[in-house]
Amino acid sequence: MDRTNLQILWVRLKKNKIALSGAIVILVLFFVSILAPILAPYNPAQYDSDRILHPPSAGHLLGTDDRGRDVFSRLIWGTRISLSVGFVAVFISIFIGVIIGSLAGFYGGKLDFVLMRIVEIFMTIPTFFLILAIIAFLGPNLINIMVVIGLTGWTGIARLVRAEFLSLKERDFTEAARALGISRRRIIFHHLLPNAMAPIFIAATLGVAGAILTESALSFLGMGVQPPVASWGNMLTDGKATIEIAWWLTVFPGLAILITVLAYNLLGEGLRDILDPRLR
Amino acid sequence: MLFYFLKRLSFILPLLVGISLLSFLIIHLAPGEPSPLGADMNPKISYQARARLKNLYDLDKPMIFQYWQWLRRLATLDFGRSFIDDMKVSQKILKRLPITLSINILSLILILITAIPLGLISAMRQNSFFDKTTTIFVFIGFATPSFWLALILMMFFGVKLGWLPIAGLTSLNFSELDFFGKIVDLGRHLLLPVFVSAFTGLAGLSRYSRSNMLEVIRQDYIRTAKAKGVSLGRVIFKHAFKNAMLPIITILGLSIPALVGGAVIFETIFAIPGMGLLFWESVMARDYPVVMGLVFVGALLTQLGILLSDLAYAWADPRIRYK
Amino acid sequence: MICPVRSNSSNLPTKNYVWQREMKRKWPLILVALFVLILLSCDRKDKDKSFSPQIAGDTPAYGDMIIEGSLGDTKRLIPMLASDSASGRISGLIFNGLVKYDKDINIIGDLAKRWDISEDGLTITFHLRKGVRWHDGVEFTAEDVLFTYQKLIDEKVATPYSGDFLLVEKAELLDKYTFRVIYKESFAPALISWGMGIIPKHLLEYEDLNTTSFNRAPVGTGPYTFEEWNPGERIVLRAFKDYFEGCPYIERLIYRIIPDEATMFLSLKAGDIDFMGLSPIQYSLQTETPYFKNNFQRYRYPSFAFTYLGFNLLDDRFKDKRIREAFAYAIDKENIIKGILLGLGEVATGPYPPTSWAYNPEVKRYSYNPDKAKKLLKICGWYDSNGDGYLDKNGQVFKFTLITNQGNIQRKKCAEMIQHDLSKIGIKVEIRILEWQTFLHEFVDKKRFEALILGWSLSRDPDLYDIFHSSKIREGEFNFVSYKNPEVDRLLIRGRRTFDQEERQKIYQSIHLKISEDLPYLFLYVPDSLPIIHRRFRGIKAAPLGIGYNFTKWYVPEKEQKYKIEIVP
Repeated sequence: MDRTNLQILWVRLKKNKIALSGAIVILVLFFVSILAPILAPYNPAQYDSDRILHPPSAGHLLGTDDRGRDVFSRLIWGTRISLSVGFVAVFISIFIGVIIGSLAGFYGGKLDFVLMRIVEIFMTIPTFFLILAIIAFLGPNLINIMVVIGLTGWTGIARLVRAEFLSLKERDFTEAARALGISRRRIIFHHLLPNAMAPIFIAATLGVAGAILTESALSFLGMGVQPPVASWGNMLTDGKATIEIAWWLTVFPGLAILITVLAYNLLGEGLRDILDPRLR
Repeated sequence: MLFYFLKRLSFILPLLVGISLLSFLIIHLAPGEPSPLGADMNPKISYQARARLKNLYDLDKPMIFQYWQWLRRLATLDFGRSFIDDMKVSQKILKRLPITLSINILSLILILITAIPLGLISAMRQNSFFDKTTTIFVFIGFATPSFWLALILMMFFGVKLGWLPIAGLTSLNFSELDFFGKIVDLGRHLLLPVFVSAFTGLAGLSRYSRSNMLEVIRQDYIRTAKAKGVSLGRVIFKHAFKNAMLPIITILGLSIPALVGGAVIFETIFAIPGMGLLFWESVMARDYPVVMGLVFVGALLTQLGILLSDLAYAWADPRIRYK
Repeated sequence: MICPVRSNSSNLPTKNYVWQREMKRKWPLILVALFVLILLSCDRKDKDKSFSPQIAGDTPAYGDMIIEGSLGDTKRLIPMLASDSASGRISGLIFNGLVKYDKDINIIGDLAKRWDISEDGLTITFHLRKGVRWHDGVEFTAEDVLFTYQKLIDEKVATPYSGDFLLVEKAELLDKYTFRVIYKESFAPALISWGMGIIPKHLLEYEDLNTTSFNRAPVGTGPYTFEEWNPGERIVLRAFKDYFEGCPYIERLIYRIIPDEATMFLSLKAGDIDFMGLSPIQYSLQTETPYFKNNFQRYRYPSFAFTYLGFNLLDDRFKDKRIREAFAYAIDKENIIKGILLGLGEVATGPYPPTSWAYNPEVKRYSYNPDKAKKLLKICGWYDSNGDGYLDKNGQVFKFTLITNQGNIQRKKCAEMIQHDLSKIGIKVEIRILEWQTFLHEFVDKKRFEALILGWSLSRDPDLYDIFHSSKIREGEFNFVSYKNPEVDRLLIRGRRTFDQEERQKIYQSIHLKISEDLPYLFLYVPDSLPIIHRRFRGIKAAPLGIGYNFTKWYVPEKEQKYKIEIVP
């Protein structure tokens, strides 16, 4: 049974051009990030006082920044940061969100009440405030950023999952399953969760995209990944002061963020179209 | 139902107190202390001056005491005074609230009137050229870093063409304008911020309405209506649209806290004195009273928003029952 | 999702129907488009693209307005409460002190016509100007000065500047225009400390200075009166017609708050602001176009600040002077100035910038010499014994963490270049950038650092007692590097006690010499100030004090005035 499902999935994926393009881009980015040391022509932290703010040229494909560092190399190395932030943060968010949401939605009653109040507390404390406090406490490095974004982003997913569970719970097939005596655990994981997958996927892709954007927002405020590590976010921020005369400093990282976020979203949309059982 | 509503309402107050305590702890545990002295390193600031100032603001008293003071004043709706400039916190917040609120509401309206039609039409013409381009369009909006877009538009419309003001909220001669003039002036200043805010926020709502519409369209009863001979237009707008829109209402409820959230980055770039900037500056300066005030107001509104959204959802979908 | 039977419309608000129909015809979109067109077509004030060049012999004219850009908002306008630079700037235009600096950094009278200092240096008697009025018309007298002093030492007033005034033994009024102050010990910086803005007794006598609304609507004696303050947006000041030095020419000053540098620069370019400080990159690369050359005037002069690398002298390695010297040779300061300031600055040799009268031109300079650095380190036992590229001693690699605060790009870059230079001689540096509050309170004040990068923006008086005296090492005080040199301590105290300018100069030059030898800090650079102002403003002359000293004498010739401001009596 499973094999055929997967094959069906694969065939559908290939047919859905949008999702496919998203998937391909992400795959390319993935390889770029792994092969960064080989692909980057220069050391991304190598500053050069003689080559400050040079436009794209043969020697520096995408130009140099205000410390003479090669933009192209930094862009390549930045792929690692952006992808890992997206991935890890969303993974944490989904993990926590699904657990809390499904428990709340399925069991209802007191558990639901308590869990939802916890969700609300998290939703109410302004995200930035929490992120700032934690990062100021622990220092702005990559791991802290990933974890904090993940820890503050699960509330949406929890509510989503809970809402889906609440309505799915009342459906006929659930009642049937219960009548048949299937264990609750099995009901949650085998019956309800797969049906709730579609919105989770969309949320996940938007989440990865959001995490990447949040990192660039943190960089704007000085709380992002610290130099000399290159992230697309801090490249954008550093470049904005000279946006008039050095367009390459913001255009390329901006495009990189754009394409990556776009790819994730398209993939998510495509997957949604493919996976949603109600649309077959 | 009513009972549930009341039960929820009664939880709000303790929840708010809990949140305020939590934020108090967080901000006190975060390293650093407030500098009523400002953030500059000024050798003229003597050791004694520092000790004195600490005493003046009760900062050398134990945390419990400070929190208790704050709570007591809260009972009379007195949020205390800011450390940075001694203005009343409530005044500070109230001055900035309308600005942030207006920008967010205007942006929300713009999103609503663009995103929903886009989403609906995309759903009806699934996989068409329109659908595909719209998808890419809204996602580009989502993916573009807002401050980058803002700067580019500023350069183009403000500097190059001179059509719109670069930044700020009002022109220098604002107080001399008549009523209509004031509206136009505000409008010109807010055009870019609202546009950027809406453009970057389109994606969520349009995708959501699209996916909901898609679900609804596939439902049997729609097919039935079509089979019965009801015209496509009527089908869409009498049946599909309403059902697809209900979840949107719940989302709107959840957007209420965002209405007062304000985005720091946005306000920094556009030089708009809103809640976001206030929050950021206060946290950086460890201006506890203002931070607490903002968190409290934000929490209150969030709670109301969540409650409203839950109620809307329950009312809309009769299958959901709250015990 | 929803049971079809219930999908009748009566449950839903009727506006949904209206919505549907309008939406169908896409009216809202058309409306929005129309609205946008209306907004865009409204006239924007004329941009001056071309400009007539400066004509010699322009006569000063009254009127027009100058718009200055600022990153931060002002917080409090009472001078003794103003601790940030924005508040200081604005309150400096609204209030006067008893004395001030002239363009060559000599102390001259402001509200005081002249003063006498007693032989023993303990008593200063100020003879105040007569006929000076507050903005509300009341006459200024010595009572106001006494009142200001009382508030400065009042425990309940949140002023950070009480330090200098707590050394006063007694302050008294000799008559309506004479004010005398007696110090516990002779204190040379006392004189300039009376540059503190004087506040009106008749308006503040019964007010709580911390919370009074006066903070937001001040009344002073200065060249500009307060008109309006939109928090977070702008402050508007108006020329004071009865100013005792003569009414300023520029009728109005607007201080616009623009928190982002990129936006501020764009505003300058579009003509929305007239006056701002440029960064080195903006100066060298963005304002060299014909447009800028035709429409703006730029100035460049050394600022009164320096950036340094501070060593924690309690650290075992940095205790040793030879190691600090090695660092001084290992770090290429000229390259730092080239890279960070694009050449717009000078190497700092000590705590005094070249424009200070305490500056000693003959101090030792440490020019870039990595080999010498390595030799010095080897003498101390640090050399690469295992060929891994890093110096080591007793099995330990020479590595340390360099911290600086977030929000300052120059310091960030500085740290990176230092990291690079030191790695070339085998020292491993880890950079940590910390949020300001954390930086200050958790690391600097508590001395939990190995080395840091910071800057000092100093007052013109060369007294550095608070920074370098060995007693100033308590938490929160400014000798956080824990520098201790008994000779320097003695000199610092003597310098504070002597009023004779020549003798003081010798003392401070000697301090400069000793500190540059001891190297508690590795002095890096003195950056240039780079203000840019719109062409139409005349009368600006760069001097050692900068360009702001004669602000009241700036004017715009009548033909070139951009803003027609009605002159209010």
